[in-house]
Amino acid sequence: MSIISKSATQQREMLRTGELTSVELTTAYLEQIKLRESAVKAFVYLDEERALDTAQQIDVRRAAGEPLGDLAGIPVAVKDNLCTQGVPTTCASKILNGFVPPYDATVIAKLKTADAVLIGRTNMDEFAMGSSTENSAIQVTNNPWDLQCIPGGSSGGSAACIAAEFAPLALGSDTGGSIRQPAALCGIVGLKPSYGRVSRYGLVAFASSLDQIGPMTSNVEDAALLLQVLAGHDSHDSTSADVKVDSYVENVTQPLSDLTLGVVDEHYGDGLDKEIQASIKEAIGVYESLGATIKHIEMPHASYGIATYYIIAPCEASSNLARFDGAHYGYRTEPSSVDQTSGSEDALTRMYRLSRAAGFGDEVKRRIMLGTYALSEGYYDAFYLKALKVRRLIRQDYDNAFEAVDLLIGPVTAKSAFKQGEKTSDPLAMYMEDLFTVTANLAGVAGISLPCGLTATGLPIGVQLQSAPFQEDKLLRAAYMFQNATDWHQRRPDF
Amino acid sequence: MALTRDDVEKVSLLARLRLTDDELNSMTEHLSQIIQYVNQLDEINTDDVTPLAHTLDITNVLADDVPQDCLSREAALQNAPQRDEECFRVPAVL
Repeated sequence: MSIISKSATQQREMLRTGELTSVELTTAYLEQIKLRESAVKAFVYLDEERALDTAQQIDVRRAAGEPLGDLAGIPVAVKDNLCTQGVPTTCASKILNGFVPPYDATVIAKLKTADAVLIGRTNMDEFAMGSSTENSAIQVTNNPWDLQCIPGGSSGGSAACIAAEFAPLALGSDTGGSIRQPAALCGIVGLKPSYGRVSRYGLVAFASSLDQIGPMTSNVEDAALLLQVLAGHDSHDSTSADVKVDSYVENVTQPLSDLTLGVVDEHYGDGLDKEIQASIKEAIGVYESLGATIKHIEMPHASYGIATYYIIAPCEASSNLARFDGAHYGYRTEPSSVDQTSGSEDALTRMYRLSRAAGFGDEVKRRIMLGTYALSEGYYDAFYLKALKVRRLIRQDYDNAFEAVDLLIGPVTAKSAFKQGEKTSDPLAMYMEDLFTVTANLAGVAGISLPCGLTATGLPIGVQLQSAPFQEDKLLRAAYMFQNATDWHQRRPDF
Repeated sequence: MALTRDDVEKVSLLARLRLTDDELNSMTEHLSQIIQYVNQLDEINTDDVTPLAHTLDITNVLADDVPQDCLSREAALQNAPQRDEECFRVPAVL
């Protein structure tokens, strides 16, 4: 087996024993990138020189017997909305073209302390708004399983990266499904931690009460490895939780006895693709054969998830994206277009309006407009406040569910990867991609997507497990049980 | 309750966005569709429900009021579209 097909956990052991050097490992991935990246286009920025430099330094330190971090010498790709000091960070938007952060996000600082090799930055939907990565202002990313299909979004670049074996570990972010959905469509593992589990400091904010950063990997033990590094309270993020971090890595291979899994009947309607439905049922069967008990759970407000999310997320986004105004950083419109006074509009307002009009893509503008409208006088109660109340009911559905079961099991997406351009003219149709994923963000619970099958045309299918907040340990152990009894995680696209 | 083109134009000012005529048209259509879809929340009785803005049971997390190191002026101005020695330069506000 080629070194790039091995897990990060295995690579870590080989690096430790000296069987492998970080330069060899990093070079192997860079070669794969040279071979396949022109077809996939997962990266918006490849940091080849710096990566090899870091790898070299780690090899030297290791040879000298120095203590090293938990990810020492292992390449990691990061989504382009994670601020990295001195490295262009664009969120795949024209408005941040050329922006170079003066600081590291906490997760980036943690990766550096862990001695990871930051290999490059991955493509995404602009400001994390989208489910196909087609909203990137930079490029389209192709699904390695079918290059005419989308990889999902918004963390499509990171998902494609893992599927194409460009790196063993990647970071994504998930606000309404942006880790889990691309993970499902690309046949990889993607975990959205509980809200507050991982610091958001340095993650360019989309929706502050929904965003979480999480691991994207080819297997469960690597997800545990990466989460172990990322998780923890951060004084820089006042929304990060001061909750003890469990020993995910130590515990992940231990199965759970007396596991009860909840199946939500509302999930299995006409909209769910028959092949996916069959795969999910098969996955449930695997758990039953491992001794799990299945219970049927009602989540009466699950079908209102999309409506609730598509009020709350745009509202929060309209506030968070107000900072992109051409004043302090990012794109500013030409001074000449601002200078002429016209009507009642002052020059500063015109600067804001023109900078943002030129810098933002259509979907971003749409969500800012939606959020601004829903928060405006006369509509705030009817929309935003109403949505927050339904959010409480959705959270209560989860609380009730977890009184009865350990974890929920169900689909991640209604359909497998669609062709590029198929949904771009119908925003609402695109929003329905998030049907099974948004409720986890609204409730603040954790969710993981695992590869569980392939369609007749060879496209990946994912199964989702969800846990109560701060039960990632249970989630990962249950996920590992499934992985250990199947081999979907070993499949790779036929390039 | 559909949005009018006029509503959309007013919101575009609040959102500090300049929309072209074509954009105003498509935005009116798309926003109306989305608003119509999200209105389904009216089906749910939420009379006795408290809004959930935040899923963690924490409020007003404060730090001690102690000065710490911050970004240098140079680092802060590094990405400025227009600047002088000390400040960001923008069109006159007053």
